[in-house]
Amino acid sequence: MSKIKPAKGSPYARILGVGGYRPTRVVSNEVILETIDSSDEWIRSRSGIATRHWASPQETVAAMSVEASGKALADAGISPEQIGAVIVSTVSHFKQTPAVATEIAHRIGAVKPAAFDISAGCAGFGYGLTLAKGLVVEGSAQYVLVIGVERLSDLTDLEDRATAFLFGDGAGAVVVGPSDEPAIGPTVWGSEGDKSETIKQTVPWDEYRSTDSDQKFPAITQEGQAVFRWAVFEMAKVAQQALDAAGITAEDLDVFIPHQANMRIIDSMVKTLKLPEHVTVARDVETTGNTSAASIPLAMERLLATGAAKSGDTALVIGFGAGLVYAATVVTLP
Amino acid sequence: MAATQEEIVEGLAEIVNEIAGIPTEDVAIEKSFTDDLDVDSLSMVEVVVAAEERFDVKIPDEDVKNLKTVGDAADYILKHQA
Repeated sequence: MSKIKPAKGSPYARILGVGGYRPTRVVSNEVILETIDSSDEWIRSRSGIATRHWASPQETVAAMSVEASGKALADAGISPEQIGAVIVSTVSHFKQTPAVATEIAHRIGAVKPAAFDISAGCAGFGYGLTLAKGLVVEGSAQYVLVIGVERLSDLTDLEDRATAFLFGDGAGAVVVGPSDEPAIGPTVWGSEGDKSETIKQTVPWDEYRSTDSDQKFPAITQEGQAVFRWAVFEMAKVAQQALDAAGITAEDLDVFIPHQANMRIIDSMVKTLKLPEHVTVARDVETTGNTSAASIPLAMERLLATGAAKSGDTALVIGFGAGLVYAATVVTLP
Repeated sequence: MAATQEEIVEGLAEIVNEIAGIPTEDVAIEKSFTDDLDVDSLSMVEVVVAAEERFDVKIPDEDVKNLKTVGDAADYILKHQA
């Protein structure tokens, strides 16, 4: 038997930089109310959302990702040539072949990196981050770009009063690289496939193609109460497990960045987790809506840009959504 | 020991007060959670989860929509409590 030489990785990994891109068009609740019978007050009280960004035809999944990645690379002080892998998490890129990661990698000027897409809904950023950490520590890539990007406006039923106001578009990216000390904690992640019907695309593409022309274009739909209960109470347990796994308590936290699904979920999670007053909580959903895989890096970028959080802060990030899937981990902010 | 209906309504009143800020004396059997007590669908989930813990009962999502009034919830808990 021949002896196989292992790759030379780094003892630990960290997030070195973060960048975000929000589409130019800001959409108010008044615009949403043109197609549903509701009110600004109702939308705000149920979701906390006041505005969201919707992408133009030019603001494609790839274009938004390139913008966010450029900012993340600049923030990290890493050149595109140093990127060894590009991981893109999205559920709203309509061209499945080839993976959009390859186009993004090429457009940012990376040189033949490994590049692939993953599908893990609103937990996509945590899944990507976990893969990236593994690659850096194992040594298959020294620097990894993780991108969460969505054009959920393309998968929104504007006549559904339960979801029309919920979703937004955007891209968030981080650069993950080597570290001398632990800066990304153990990931607590998993899936609950028995709840796969709770959040889903209304109609599969092949069924949409083969049915009558009056079939509505596929959209994302959810069972609101079931999702709320799972997100608040089950995910609070997962968040606690991630703190335990990292060997810290809520007292040690500076920042909490949950997936920006809905302000009510965020508020209830904070209450259920009994987070201390000093913990800064990301509430980006108010002006960004729910951007699925993009929401955590977008919220992270905004907290750092506004000074609400600072480099070196300890943050708990948790994503959860369609699958159902979830991923939570404690990170040191870049 | 299993709670009586009166104790359950009292407990629900405290829960609704805590979650929605409604005075406990306003919470009575005939009151509708949504129409009278301003408990919306998401707050209702919080009420249900708090009631589950307090009364050691499981209230699945599919049953939550049938609990229109405080009396509905009290009856459900009375019947299903461990």
